[in-house]
Amino acid sequence: MNPIKNFATHFKPRFWHAGTSMDQAQTLFNYRRFYLISVSLRAFVSIAPMAILLMFTYMLQDTAIENENHLRIVRLTSNTRRTITYFLQERLDALKFIIQQKNVEALKASDELSQVLHNLKMGFGGFVDLGLIDNSGSQIGYSGPFSLIGKNYRDQEWFIRCAEDGSYVSDVFLGYRNLPHMIVALRWPVEGSSAIFILRATLDIQKLIQILSSLELTEKSEAFLCSRDGLLQTPSDYYGEMLGRIDLPVPEYSVHTQVVETVDKTGDPILIGYAYIENSPFILMVVKRSVEIMKGWRSIRQKINWFFGVSVVITMVVVLCISILTMNRIYDADQTRLKAIERLETSSRLISVGRLAAGVAHEINNPLAVIGENAGLIKDLFTLRKEYKGDERLMELIDAVLESVERSGEITKELLGFARQFEPKITPIQLSRVLSEVLSFQRKEAAYRNIDIQVDVPEDIPMIYSDRGRLHQILLNLINNAFQAMKNGGRLDISVKRDGEKTVSIRIRDTGPGISPEDQKRIFEPFFTTRGSEGGIGLGLSITFGLVRKLKGDISVQSKLGEGAIFEIHLPINTQGEI
Amino acid sequence: MKVLLVDDEEKFVSRLAERLEIRGFEADWTTTSDGALSKVEHNEYNIAVLDVKMPRLSGIDLKKRLEKLAPKMKFVFVSGHGSEEDYDIGIREGASYLIKPFKIETLVEKIKEALSA
Repeated sequence: MNPIKNFATHFKPRFWHAGTSMDQAQTLFNYRRFYLISVSLRAFVSIAPMAILLMFTYMLQDTAIENENHLRIVRLTSNTRRTITYFLQERLDALKFIIQQKNVEALKASDELSQVLHNLKMGFGGFVDLGLIDNSGSQIGYSGPFSLIGKNYRDQEWFIRCAEDGSYVSDVFLGYRNLPHMIVALRWPVEGSSAIFILRATLDIQKLIQILSSLELTEKSEAFLCSRDGLLQTPSDYYGEMLGRIDLPVPEYSVHTQVVETVDKTGDPILIGYAYIENSPFILMVVKRSVEIMKGWRSIRQKINWFFGVSVVITMVVVLCISILTMNRIYDADQTRLKAIERLETSSRLISVGRLAAGVAHEINNPLAVIGENAGLIKDLFTLRKEYKGDERLMELIDAVLESVERSGEITKELLGFARQFEPKITPIQLSRVLSEVLSFQRKEAAYRNIDIQVDVPEDIPMIYSDRGRLHQILLNLINNAFQAMKNGGRLDISVKRDGEKTVSIRIRDTGPGISPEDQKRIFEPFFTTRGSEGGIGLGLSITFGLVRKLKGDISVQSKLGEGAIFEIHLPINTQGEI
Repeated sequence: MKVLLVDDEEKFVSRLAERLEIRGFEADWTTTSDGALSKVEHNEYNIAVLDVKMPRLSGIDLKKRLEKLAPKMKFVFVSGHGSEEDYDIGIREGASYLIKPFKIETLVEKIKEALSA
């Protein structure tokens, strides 16, 4: 058989249709149900831990990624807040420095203010103009690109707040110049006077935009400033118009940098890192899309999912194969058991029949003996008398009676022998006699099959102590086997030899096709057969092997393809103990 | 040559005795073990042919009793059962064993064998 096909037959569920049709052998269990339970349980215990582990891994990974991202956003937001706070503080400090250095009178001179603005631009950058406002709110000094001398800021919030608090940082607004800008202002107390002056500088918001755009953010992630009222202070690509309301909720005030998880207007989950910038109306917001954050992980997860899928498929294949193999073994074992039970039933029936036969034989032997002796005496008496001695007809009649008695005696003896073979018992056995008994059953079959049988039992072969019934069966099995092998006739040699002091051997040699070395290794295994197609189930030789072992002997096979086969049994001359 | 035949079947044992007589033996017979014991007590026999299965006393036990009375006497067992047990016992008791029905020639042979041993 093709080795692949041979291998594949192991995985064919032989039990699948067991017990479903009347043609099938009787079955003991619902194998299909057992199989399905076995597959489900095995699959569950193999796959469930894997799936649970994977779920846990994902959960842990999610938590780890979330924590990592929170931390990153917190770090980025904090650093940016520091930069912006420093930027604004630096500008306020510059104004403070000017106040310390110059007096009001000096700054009133228009040249001086221009000079200071020039120095600020060169030294710090980000300054657009510089103005000096008196306590009436009127701009008394100005240097910058616009014409703002004489403008009055008395009613403006920044003026009022700065006059009260001493310093002020505005949010971004359009103002008189109609351009987005912001201002920083510082109150300037004049010694010995209740009059105040305010030094006010306009800052270029490009500087702030630069700070934010220099952050290395991934695609679709943004950093921007918004006012505490929720107005966008620096441009944003995704979350609203400049100076318009942002599309996100204004985060709650917190002294520290915070991260919140929320969704944007399209419903996509986002992470927002935010920080309130001290002494300013600004809130720094860093927005990252969760999808983007997970992008790298997703490809890894895809690989893991693939690996899991392939593992599940392989596991299922292995589980199915193992379950089929196991169920096949159980099925085969059950079938063997059923056959054994059947055999036991048959043999117990035979034992009963045998006992009956023995009883009948015994009862018949006694009257037979009476007939025999009476007829014998008649013959004796006739032989003694001259007038009857020559009477051929009379002699013929009496001989017919005697012959029938003898024949009946043989039949009853055979019946007794038949009964004996079912009960294991050590008796002295003459091998030549056992062989001729066995062959007496087989002669006709041999003639029919055109097989020539030669028996060689040397005269010095001793009686052996063994079980006659088992020996009968062993020889019968081996001879039958040889007959099966020689389909086109042949020659069967049976020879008995003494092997030293304690054993004898019986060789049965046929001229069949022989047995391959691979088959020789397995020939005594149960269910091994080369005659499967002819209905052989492969138990004959394994039973023979078992019987030989029970007789404390051993059996071997020698064969070459094309040269027939030799089965050799070694039996102890004296079997000790129970068998 | 005196032979004692013991078997519970009279029609068998009497005819057998007669046939042995024809063959030159001096044959005596009885159907009971008691009869056998009294016969051996009063007469001398060279050999006894005993049925293994007999009522009251089996052939084997009878042999033991007879041996005490006549230690030189030889024995041949006959039986209709032909079981291995009987055969074993026969062999163990050092006597020939025949399964009924048998040919008279076979019995004569066994008797001669036993006597010459």
